[in-house]
Amino acid sequence: MSEGAGVEVKPSSAGAGVVKDSETSEATRQKVVTPEYMFFEAPRERAFITGSEAAKEAIRRANVDVAISYPITPQSETMQQVGALWAEGYVKEYYRGEEEIGVMSAIAGSSRAGARSLTATAGPGLMRGMEVVASWPGGRMPIVLLIMCRVINAPLSIQPDNAELAYLINTGNIVFHAENQQDFFDYTLKAFIISERPEVTLPVAVAVDGFFVTHARGYVMMPSKDIKLPPRDPYHEAVPVMDNENPPARLSRDAPIQKSNFISYHVHASWQQEVWAAVERSRKYIDMYMGGLVEIVNPDAETIVIASGSAVSQSREAVRQAEEDLGERIGLIKIRSLRPFPTKELRDACKNAKRIIVPEFNCVGWLYRDIAAALYGHSKAEIIPGPRVFGGISLPTEMILQYIFPDKKFVF
Amino acid sequence: MSMDNLKISPALEKYMTKEYRDLVERGPYGKQKKVSEMGTFKEIIEEHPMCAGCAMTLFIRLTMIGLPNPEHTILVGTAGCGRLALSQTSIPFIYGNYGDTNAVASGLKRGLEMRFPEQPKDVVVMAGDGGLADIGFSTVLHSWFRKEKFTTIMLDNEVYGNTGGQESGMTERGAILKMAPKGKKYEKMDMLGLAKTANVPYIVRMTVTNPTRVASVVRKAVLIAREIGPTFIQAYTSCNIEYAIPTPKVIDDAKSLEAERYGFQEFISDEAKAFLESIEPKKAKATKSTED
Repeated sequence: MSEGAGVEVKPSSAGAGVVKDSETSEATRQKVVTPEYMFFEAPRERAFITGSEAAKEAIRRANVDVAISYPITPQSETMQQVGALWAEGYVKEYYRGEEEIGVMSAIAGSSRAGARSLTATAGPGLMRGMEVVASWPGGRMPIVLLIMCRVINAPLSIQPDNAELAYLINTGNIVFHAENQQDFFDYTLKAFIISERPEVTLPVAVAVDGFFVTHARGYVMMPSKDIKLPPRDPYHEAVPVMDNENPPARLSRDAPIQKSNFISYHVHASWQQEVWAAVERSRKYIDMYMGGLVEIVNPDAETIVIASGSAVSQSREAVRQAEEDLGERIGLIKIRSLRPFPTKELRDACKNAKRIIVPEFNCVGWLYRDIAAALYGHSKAEIIPGPRVFGGISLPTEMILQYIFPDKKFVF
Repeated sequence: MSMDNLKISPALEKYMTKEYRDLVERGPYGKQKKVSEMGTFKEIIEEHPMCAGCAMTLFIRLTMIGLPNPEHTILVGTAGCGRLALSQTSIPFIYGNYGDTNAVASGLKRGLEMRFPEQPKDVVVMAGDGGLADIGFSTVLHSWFRKEKFTTIMLDNEVYGNTGGQESGMTERGAILKMAPKGKKYEKMDMLGLAKTANVPYIVRMTVTNPTRVASVVRKAVLIAREIGPTFIQAYTSCNIEYAIPTPKVIDDAKSLEAERYGFQEFISDEAKAFLESIEPKKAKATKSTED
């Protein structure tokens, strides 16, 4: 264990070859910088890389202690790349777990040990590990979970579809939805810092749509790999870690919590309320580090498209086409953070909207429901559920334009 | 550092309860207590909500005495009767999800080793037969195959006691229990054999009839886990409620099962044996696959 810089061979799946001395020493030479320097001040260079590679490059700079992997398409590449980082000495501890319940549990163990902990999964893997993932917030465990969204229902399919997020957003985890490779790089790095803030102390999930982002290349501006984030400080978090170096959290100490009586109900209820209050308290860091929970384009438009993930990219293009080809200014709201949800931001931005269109990459329309609930009584706009694609279907801009201009006829 | 956490701030001494002061002044921390000294020191667990006469409770008490380094030990458990007592110990206890113990312990142990390379931190899983052999089967076996350095103790009462008496994988064939109303149709799972297959370097089957031996086995298991690899203790800790054992007969039942089919077995690998001899040359006299 803890072989760190001394390891000689990369996992074969991450590309054959022996790690050169120069690579391990590069890892040991990494300089710790402040999050602010890493996020805003460090000079950045442009790379043309896949989403999986963007995740790898973020993790290289994230000062990760423990990473535990398990393969599932379309995530596998990311965690095997993290294995390569471990072999190079950028990650201190790494292994391939037995399956997702095992992995999500082990990551909970390493987080409780005070180690900065990371894993990644996709679709069925997230659903399999969901019992554990849903328990992380109550354990107040800082963890970063990367999710490469994929079909979860039968017939089995590996294609992109983000229905799984409908479950995740109701667990008390903080959830970001990255639009592209650049987002995936930035959100992943920032997730570690937000997760470990004392008043937050919660797991953060960073989701992207599988294949569209993970396996496609995009331009990513990145700071030098010679710098890394400061290490986790487990003694400045909401709940003490279980390392026997400080009085432990007694989450399950007192019998009343586990019994059926009024004390137990109230203890549990207040604990849940505190978890969701902590989710809300992460807002100021999302504002500070990520430029807010939403990005708004053309705020004065009567028709607004609201989306998250790769649906934003398609919507952005549809909005450009509407303006350039059809002479109509359409608004666009990109939701970066699904939890906390930008309720206030949406209410402010949609005050004068007449029509709202919610394109999604899933069958159930979880984003539409959240938006409708947030705007109910606060906007007179007609909120249109769709367009939606799922099971791997792509979202042509014409489909979005058809929803924006119902009287026109688009071919797609 | 952890001993400092236990100590009472002088200004607060007069406000602390007698029980807590006893724990600090007469507890087992920093010194290996013996079973024969029970009654003369403050135990890591005293009060608990377990049923009267519960063999599992006795086993847990003895386990706590056997721990070589309680001030640097973290317990991991799961749903089941045992956690009701484990959560009352003055040792950090992680009560996770269903069947997750050995995965949690894997991550915990590796994280602690990474953070404290100089200070051994012992991780001990204590869970029931259902928690380890049924729902936790995958994480248990994989932790063994991965050679994770912690101890797994199965509190084997051969039934789902906490949920009200359902048959488990460790129930004997033929037993009539809830969810096996016609009697269990299959054999008790051979977890000891599986541990051997996984090359677990220290494997013990035992009951509560010999208290000194319980503490000694736990001590060996934790020390071996620290240096060599995973260790496994499978202990018969009867459920006197679900198996209708009269409270005064709990130890008699354990004795008769011991004679019948649950005799003491201790397997130790050569490497583990050599390690024990290196740290305690006189005491280490573990025998290979003894059965009596």
